Amino acid sequence: MSTYSEEHKNYLKKLKKEKIIIFIFRLFIIVAFLIGWELLSKYHMINTFLSSSPSHVLKTASKLFYDGSLIKHIGITMYEVLLSFIIATVIGLVSATILWSNKTISRIIDPYLTILNSLPKVALGPLIIIWVGASVNSIVFMALLINTFITIINIYNGFISTDKNYITLLKSFQASKKQIFTKVVLPSNYINIINALKINISMSLIGVIMGELLVSKSGLGYLIMYGSQVFNIDLVITSVVILGIISYLMYFIIDKCEQKFRK
Amino acid sequence: MKDTILKVKNLKKIYHDKKSEIVALENINFEVNKNDFISIVGPSGCGKSTILSILSKLEKQSDGNIEMDKNITIGYMLQNDSLFSWRTILENCLIGLEVTKQLTSENKQYVLDLLKTYGLYEFKDKYPSSLSGGMRQRVALIRTLAIKPDILLLDEPMSALDYQSRLAISDDIYKIIKNEGKTAIMVTHDIAEAISMSDRILVLSKRPSKVKKVYEINLTDKSTPINNRRCKEFSTYYDMIWRDLDVHI
Repeated sequence: MSTYSEEHKNYLKKLKKEKIIIFIFRLFIIVAFLIGWELLSKYHMINTFLSSSPSHVLKTASKLFYDGSLIKHIGITMYEVLLSFIIATVIGLVSATILWSNKTISRIIDPYLTILNSLPKVALGPLIIIWVGASVNSIVFMALLINTFITIINIYNGFISTDKNYITLLKSFQASKKQIFTKVVLPSNYINIINALKINISMSLIGVIMGELLVSKSGLGYLIMYGSQVFNIDLVITSVVILGIISYLMYFIIDKCEQKFRK
Repeated sequence: MKDTILKVKNLKKIYHDKKSEIVALENINFEVNKNDFISIVGPSGCGKSTILSILSKLEKQSDGNIEMDKNITIGYMLQNDSLFSWRTILENCLIGLEVTKQLTSENKQYVLDLLKTYGLYEFKDKYPSSLSGGMRQRVALIRTLAIKPDILLLDEPMSALDYQSRLAISDDIYKIIKNEGKTAIMVTHDIAEAISMSDRILVLSKRPSKVKKVYEINLTDKSTPINNRRCKEFSTYYDMIWRDLDVHI
């Protein structure tokens, strides 16, 4: 450390300073928002019945926590999210591999993938309930409709944009298609796959909540739906806040995995 | 005395697309003797690289024959070094052995010896991003040599490098090829590079390409490529080939 020049020390100091400033401002925004919200509701400048308040959210959350239902609802939602995430990841990887290995199939399927991906799947909600029934299955099915196609497309696009020179090189050693896939396509696409999984996890959460709003007896989406039906806005906003925290945490975990791979 | 290991006869290649077909090669004939260093020069887009692609079985010829002993292996060194960024230098050099399922400890030792001989041993556990362009090119050559090819195909191996590195690396590559007793066919657009390295030069014509002329390069005091550029016949050959290429700007 002591061998660094004065200029380099200053440079490091500047980097550190920047990091601190960013952290302080991040904190400032959320704290200011919460205090402002709390004060506005405390002095009745906004209607707490309609817009709740941080202290109400905290109270509701602790009440839900102590009667055990908070963990149960979060657990159900997380279970559905992870299940649909894992299924979509497997389907995505397998389908992208098939599409990569057979150009004809991929050309045949291409327009259908595009249609299915851009179709607003919420429109199918009522149909799904009729087909699959009102259960966890229909929620996972809903989530799969939303996250699978985009996962296939993202992974497949990564596969086909593999550096052609790498592939030519392996072909010059008379490599088989399987060897090309395992030695070049897959390893050169780790980052792409992780990016596809990042999108997949957010899509899974969106899909599950959408499914729970349509039909469910538990889960955070159910809490939101139930809360709005009985006009318990505290409950609705508490659930939304918890959802925000969950989605950030899941993103954070995948991001950490990515950093590990980049090394 | 001359040991012919490869004969190319009436090679023809047609490329097809929706609107047209392009005859890239027509009636290409040449022979390669053991330990030859042959260069192929020609106007850009004339299909020089296609010949190498066909010899290495990356592409199929439309017509003609390639006569070659069954047990002759061919190593192809591409224009781009294409080192895998996620593999170390050693792992990159072993990729050919892995793919051809010849990764024995004996062959691995051979690769390690090559790395040692050509000054890359201390970098064997580093990743390609930490190497200079010239070093990467040497790694690419060792990767090609790892499968012990009898004939090396070089497709403009130095074209991605700056001029100084080109001269230095062409010396290096030449020495490595001669040391290891390999036969080489090199495609290049650089006339000087071809004269300085080769025993024989094939000049191709414009599309559809034929072998327009063949030069046996006889330089007095022939040694390494850089020194060869000082030989008195050098400029004569240069002028003749330049005229053959018939470049109109």
